[in-house]
Amino acid sequence: MATATRLDARGMKCPMPIVKTAQAIKDVSRGDLLEVFATDPGAVADFGAWSRSTGHELVASSVEDGVYHFVLRRK
Amino acid sequence: MTAVVETPIPQPFSQAFESAEPTTKQLVIINWSGELDKMWPTLIMSSAAAASGYKTSVFITFWGLLPFVKNQRRVVGENWMQKMLTLMQRPGIDHLKLTKMNFMGMGPWMIGKLSKQYNVATPAELLEACQALGVEFIPCQMTMEMFGLKREDMIDGLGDPAGAATVIELMTQPNTASLFI
Repeated sequence: MATATRLDARGMKCPMPIVKTAQAIKDVSRGDLLEVFATDPGAVADFGAWSRSTGHELVASSVEDGVYHFVLRRK
Repeated sequence: MTAVVETPIPQPFSQAFESAEPTTKQLVIINWSGELDKMWPTLIMSSAAAASGYKTSVFITFWGLLPFVKNQRRVVGENWMQKMLTLMQRPGIDHLKLTKMNFMGMGPWMIGKLSKQYNVATPAELLEACQALGVEFIPCQMTMEMFGLKREDMIDGLGDPAGAATVIELMTQPNTASLFI
């Protein structure tokens, strides 16, 4: 079963959420999940673009109380 | 009467096409200016590109070399004119000025205050991220000499100095975006 690593990118502004995500996903095993929490509204478009550029799948994204939640699967 | 002759692609060619690796996407930036308003976008774009898996090269040239001089170096250069240039534009990533609205340092001070208030990464933090993500900073050999800069004046982790032909080669690769900042 896939395990999930968590990354807290709340409060960070462009480009730091994806910079930290790129660094964090290196420590995730292939097929496992990385959960990212962010508050930068620009992250919504950027995580989609980042997923298409890198090939790591954006499994889910949601927002609750101004906190965006992205679930990525390492390719 | 005309006959159409189909020429098959010779075997080694078609094999070469099939076995070709998918081309790496690339971002090349010519970082020509050393001011805050130019360095910020250079470092944001190059860290974002490297984080997105792009091979990223930044050619640092002319005044764009000065932010890559060690912060503690106040005056660099061999002759008085080179020294004067660095007195006029203080080297180091923590000492960037604005091209417009500098107002004796008021502009950069206010931008610095605002960026801290809104938690925007500083040029120094972005440079650190770029280096951790493998962005290659290539100093320009010719302008290093013109400014009297030596390798020991520059921060660690820079690529080997090169020239314009190297940058042209990088910029004309397939799947490459090039920016002059």
